[in-house]
Amino acid sequence: MSERRHELHRFPWHVRDSGQLLLVVAAGVVLVASVAQTAVSGLRDVRFAVAFGVLIAFGELLRLNLPGDRESAPIGTAGALAYALLIQVNKQLIVHSAWQVVTVTAIGMIIGALPHLAVGRPARVGSMASRLLCVACVAFIFRPLAGDSAVVRHWELALALMTALVVLALLLEAVLTALLRVDEQRARFRVALVDEMRLQLPLGAAVGASALLIAFAAEVMGLAALAVFTAPLLVTQVAFRRYAGIRATYLQTVRALAKVTEIGGYVEPGHSERVSRLAVAIGRELGIHEPDLLELEYAALMHDIGQLSLADPIPGGATVLVSRRDQQRIAELGAEVIQQAQVLGSVAEIVRRQNEPYRDVDTPPDVPAPARPEDDAAAAAGHPAGHPAGHPVGQAAGQPAPGAHRSDRPPAARPRRAGAGPPLSSRIIKAANAFDDLVGSSLDPGRAAAAVQQLRLDTATEYDPATVEALSRVVTRRSVIQM
Amino acid sequence: MGKLSRVALGYVGAVVAAAAGLLAGGPFKGMSLQYVIVLGILVIVSESTATQLRRGRLTWSPSSAAMLASVVLVGPVGAALVGACTALGLRRGPSLLQRVFNTAMYALSAYLAGHAYLALGGKIGLPDADSFPGIIGPFVGAALVLVIANHGLLAGILWLTRDPKRASSGAGVGLGARLLLSDLGYAAFGLLIAALWSVVGPFAPLLVLIPLFVARWTVAQFAEQQRAYEATVGALCQAVETKDLYTRGHSDRVSRGSVMIAREIGMRGERVEAIRYAGMLHDVGKLGVPTRVLQKTGKLTEEEYAAIQLHPYRGLDIVREIGFLDEALAGIMHHHERIDGRGYPMGLAGDEIPEFARVLAVADAFDSMTSTRSYRGARPVEEAIAELRKWSGTQFDPAFVDAFVAAIKRDGWQRPEPSVLPAEDLAAIPAQDHDDPGAPLRVIDSL
Repeated sequence: MSERRHELHRFPWHVRDSGQLLLVVAAGVVLVASVAQTAVSGLRDVRFAVAFGVLIAFGELLRLNLPGDRESAPIGTAGALAYALLIQVNKQLIVHSAWQVVTVTAIGMIIGALPHLAVGRPARVGSMASRLLCVACVAFIFRPLAGDSAVVRHWELALALMTALVVLALLLEAVLTALLRVDEQRARFRVALVDEMRLQLPLGAAVGASALLIAFAAEVMGLAALAVFTAPLLVTQVAFRRYAGIRATYLQTVRALAKVTEIGGYVEPGHSERVSRLAVAIGRELGIHEPDLLELEYAALMHDIGQLSLADPIPGGATVLVSRRDQQRIAELGAEVIQQAQVLGSVAEIVRRQNEPYRDVDTPPDVPAPARPEDDAAAAAGHPAGHPAGHPVGQAAGQPAPGAHRSDRPPAARPRRAGAGPPLSSRIIKAANAFDDLVGSSLDPGRAAAAVQQLRLDTATEYDPATVEALSRVVTRRSVIQM
Repeated sequence: MGKLSRVALGYVGAVVAAAAGLLAGGPFKGMSLQYVIVLGILVIVSESTATQLRRGRLTWSPSSAAMLASVVLVGPVGAALVGACTALGLRRGPSLLQRVFNTAMYALSAYLAGHAYLALGGKIGLPDADSFPGIIGPFVGAALVLVIANHGLLAGILWLTRDPKRASSGAGVGLGARLLLSDLGYAAFGLLIAALWSVVGPFAPLLVLIPLFVARWTVAQFAEQQRAYEATVGALCQAVETKDLYTRGHSDRVSRGSVMIAREIGMRGERVEAIRYAGMLHDVGKLGVPTRVLQKTGKLTEEEYAAIQLHPYRGLDIVREIGFLDEALAGIMHHHERIDGRGYPMGLAGDEIPEFARVLAVADAFDSMTSTRSYRGARPVEEAIAELRKWSGTQFDPAFVDAFVAAIKRDGWQRPEPSVLPAEDLAAIPAQDHDDPGAPLRVIDSL
């Protein structure tokens, strides 16, 4: 329970964006120091500084929005890292300081961000700050070594050193971004870090390799390296933008089409959206990784799509109030629809099993089954758990059957793998759906607490206790923020 | 490629003979083997990991960078040799004939690019600090020649092996300006490989491989997402249709019909895509109409008629948030407008009606007439065409009716399967179809 007490003390002004604030302050301090140092010692090799500054500004102008509400400026980052890693241009040694690298990078970034601000797109200061800090980290380690004769003479040594530094910088950026996300979205740090690294790996590898290529190519090609390089980077970025674009459209489309059930009067307005938001928050709380979170979101959005196959809408659309048999049927029909898409196999599976009780009463033989009424009296009384009212029709072979404890069927006829309960995502949707059916769009914290309490009463069989606890934390947090 | 016509075989033969001839002719004197081997390996690696492009018949690989590097480092014949390494790509899939053609095509393009480079004053050999920026002009020329030769030779074989039934669908022939531009972009890596060779030696291709692989990964991801997206939209549209068995497949066929019209009138590729989705989604708003009204046999009251007239708005409500469908939105909103201004929901007339909506209207009505309805059987295609012609100019835009009729005459029309009788509680059977121009909705005049 210490967890809950802890939650209650998290007031908005305590935690919100404090990490981001710290990051921005750190970047600001480094920036001010750099500008001051550069102003005192003067700008060296102005031509190169201007050329790289322009490349960085251009990259910032063309920044990308990545899946999962992220921002990246691959061309700008590659240019800045290359500027930090520059050893010689046309056989002429480059001796600018790390302070100058930070100054040029920051000015480039700010200039590139201005047009975005001008058209009313807000600046992501946190993301910009973490990018600047990564470049600064590389610059402060590498600049003192750049003039070293061993590094200048042996390209193998330089290559190894640069590779190590670029990897370090990208790791640092992943850590900083993960910290920001822990702050913003209440993700777990380890999960956020792994997600960040997995997502940034392809783009980060391209950025890092490009930085090395520019730094080395400039030795022979001079500033032409920058011009030649921009072409392939631009093409890759366009391809990446299209990829990110279609991913976003995909999600929008599923969201939009999930609303079909609402417009058809099958479910309450906003139900799918609310369930999906709640399910994703619970999933994050339980440490689900991002690719699975996306599947969870799709499944939650479409969990009621099977209702379209019913001739008459269920009154109020509250699936929790109808018999288990009908619930199961809706789930089956919905899964069939999703299965048609072929690419969403696991989403279909999540939807198919969204009504399965967390525990079959006979699975853990040492746990005594609670006394349960066999009729639907409890459901009629507003009890959130529909009880098994028979076997679902059209059940797939090998699928665990609710109500399998009845003695009139030989156990051998229903093979059940050990510990093969419904998938976590199905359990989450089951709980989120029941919660929303009970609370609806109401914002009353009392009602929410009562609903959580009801779900908790049924954690022996129906709902996964861990999921319900996570739901409880999410709901409590929400009401604290609302107050 | 399957079976080839004699002309196509002749074309392949000519390309192969040209490539073989110049490879046999040499000269190979003074050619540095180191470059050819390393760059050849690079070609093999990129060829082995080529990605399937969306339309199925083509693959894309970033191997042109290696060929252009060899143009600079070893000249035209060496470049042709490097291009010929395509043959050794470890990719399952292409038939022997395809492999032979690809090899010859790359060898030939690389050879031509090499000569373009020389003609523009480029010097063969390791570039140094003095080569820049003078080398850029000849290199760009070589890149242009390589990419254009590659696309041109490919377009030739695609055109010769096109599906004669779908002759009008120009999409298969042109490879698209986007692809051409991106190939030119990646060509820049060729110059980088050549320049880096003097700094880091044969490590140069290795460094360049990383961004190339990321590029390839991105292209593959995009194609995969797009396939997934289409499949999902299709599945969800079917879900919408389960409400009404008689209209099952309707969205899909309207989508196909609209695409036929769009291609016939020469719409751009992106707009054709958009109209495909618009066709699929044009009736989602129907779900907002109470089943009771859709099922009603007798005349409709004015309120019920108003409910039906609202369905394009409802459809708009649903799809409004989907980002890329700007023109498609207008199509969905206005697909029941009539040229004479007597349609709904806004009573627009003539050119006021968005183009997409006028296209959708034709395909929509045609599919309704050629499908079975509870109050009548499916009409033959000829009869439906006559009906379209009859309403052309009043209800439909004559230009699109003509285009549709021409496309159907050439490519045919796949009619829906006869409906299976619905399971009793699964779906409702409407007694009238709001899309059917032959049986317009009957409204009680006044109460």
